[in-house]
Amino acid sequence: MSKRKTERLLGLVVCLLSTRRYLTAEQIREAVPGYPEQDDLFKRMFERDKEDLRDLGVPLETGVNHPFDDDPGYRIRQQAYELPELRLEADEAAVLGLAARVWRRAELAGAAAGALLKLRAAGIEADPETAQSAKTADGDGHSPVPHGIEPRLGTPEPSFGPLWEAVRDRRPVTFSYRAAGRSDQQRRELEPWGVVNRHGRWYVAGWDRGRNATRVFRLGRIAGPVKFCGPSGSVAVPDGADVRELVRDWDSAPAREHTAVLRVRAGAGVGLRRHAVSVRADDTAEGWDQVTTRYADLGWFADYAASFGPDVVVLDPPDLREAVIRRLKGVLA
Amino acid sequence: MSNLVTSTERLQRLLALVPYVMSRKAVGLAETAAAFGVSERELVDDLNLLWCVELRAPDPYCPIDLSYEGGEIVVSQAESMGRPLRLAVDEASAMLVALRMLAEVPGLEDRSAMSRLIAKLEAAAGEAAAVSAQVAVQVDIPDDDAEEYAAQIRAALTARRRVHLRYYVPGRDEATERDVDPMRLLVVDGRPYLEGWCLRAEGMRLFRLDRVLGLDVLDVPSAPPAEALPVDIDQGLFRPSPDDVLVVLELSAAGRWVAEYYPCESVTDLADGRLRVVLRTPDTGWVRRLALGLGEDGRVISPPSLVTGVREAASAALANYVALSQVMHGLTAEPAETVYR
Repeated sequence: MSKRKTERLLGLVVCLLSTRRYLTAEQIREAVPGYPEQDDLFKRMFERDKEDLRDLGVPLETGVNHPFDDDPGYRIRQQAYELPELRLEADEAAVLGLAARVWRRAELAGAAAGALLKLRAAGIEADPETAQSAKTADGDGHSPVPHGIEPRLGTPEPSFGPLWEAVRDRRPVTFSYRAAGRSDQQRRELEPWGVVNRHGRWYVAGWDRGRNATRVFRLGRIAGPVKFCGPSGSVAVPDGADVRELVRDWDSAPAREHTAVLRVRAGAGVGLRRHAVSVRADDTAEGWDQVTTRYADLGWFADYAASFGPDVVVLDPPDLREAVIRRLKGVLA
Repeated sequence: MSNLVTSTERLQRLLALVPYVMSRKAVGLAETAAAFGVSERELVDDLNLLWCVELRAPDPYCPIDLSYEGGEIVVSQAESMGRPLRLAVDEASAMLVALRMLAEVPGLEDRSAMSRLIAKLEAAAGEAAAVSAQVAVQVDIPDDDAEEYAAQIRAALTARRRVHLRYYVPGRDEATERDVDPMRLLVVDGRPYLEGWCLRAEGMRLFRLDRVLGLDVLDVPSAPPAEALPVDIDQGLFRPSPDDVLVVLELSAAGRWVAEYYPCESVTDLADGRLRVVLRTPDTGWVRRLALGLGEDGRVISPPSLVTGVREAASAALANYVALSQVMHGLTAEPAETVYR
């Protein structure tokens, strides 16, 4: 960190905020201390400073005071700079700290902390207890949790950061992807429309340029770096594109349209019984129940039925029974 | 840590510091330092830096005037820096995505506060709020029961009552009965859990709401012992313990999904798309069930007791089918082979 740079940037912000007229680079150099005498050095430094301020979200405007001015000038309009007036009720302010905690130790932790800081700077009392690190068993003692609720989101996938930036800045990306059940990787080029967390996993949905179709990718299956392959603003998200729905459709379980009849040992198969259509004592086998249940995918349900070992016997349908026997024999093979 | 702060990060702090003090008229050094997560020394450095800002043209002047005598900060002049900078896209998105997720959490009675806050933040963020619609987190609410359980847990937390749980343990395929002193409702990666002191296990336990079979709030005060401390969920929900068993599995290409679904200690690529994974678990029951379902797509390599356990369970299960085929043979005159091949 350079203190001189911080001072210079602060001076630049204050200077441009307090002017109504556009100030030229030369006028700015005169007003703000810390810029070098040499013209080319000044130019480079000033360019970098403008870039830094824009990255912070400072709305730097460029314009001229008179149509016949040659050099462009700069200013920051107070109204564009300021966080608008925001009054929160006590119960609203109370959930603010809760929301900021969601991202702790995840990709957007810094952004959430920055938002909270600005809101508190606007005079909002956002429950200091919750904003600060909540003490836990691994900390030093134990702090009351005001809502009795602790929300967290993780972003363990390294691709989350670049994909979020790509969505935010509307930039296309490329990455290597290993589809389900495949060991090889494929290069994909995607116009990302949004990222969605479903069942604890992150997905990105968008337009796959190679396939010419909408596609959903699981971030955990992206191998290696995500690279931008086009400028900011070059991705157009179609009206009505609902990324949540895209991911839901991609991931949703198919209808459970098959029926299985199972013999389940009394007292066992608790998980199976929970979702059964019917359970009754098996007249033909003492100590067993007959459980009827529905399933969507034969392979998946055969895995499940086999997992109960000697406590579940598939009576019907025959293809399910065969599949379970195949798995059991596979274990012994 | 603060020596790692960049110039722009410090600038952000300085820009927030002036309005923070002004909106509170006067505020203590210690309180402000805590709010900004810096030491009092760093805060004083910040205040001095603000006070020293000077503009030279057209006439030299100092736009910011402040004092912190007697440990109390007062800003008497701040030019146009009296309000914080508007929210950046990342900041607005982080808050709005989190709030929309929270609004979906079952049993949350502050839901109306949540939606009012969302509307106010959207309005304040303006354009910066737009991108947040492209990030969504779905909260898993398996069924109406879970929604009801979450509401009961929140009620029990508020009233400080013990609860009785009927809880499904899939590893052992068992419905268990236990009394729990609830501590928190966790919502981690969209999945709700009850965290509490389990009187049966005499320890802190996490219970997934979708595995709760029944819940009663008891007319008994919740009294977790002093050693009952919530886990630091930022270190991960499930942490390895020295008592854990190390399990080695070999997976075929078709069984690779296992490495994605379960947290693995290590994953090694073998020939032909096969994988060797090492898992750490306090209870091997679920691995046994996993291996039975995987069949030839997954093989337990270690520990030996689990290898034997899986084989014995498979043999016993196959014996059931032999017995069944004999019955069916008798009833339908179907050759036994049709059952197997």
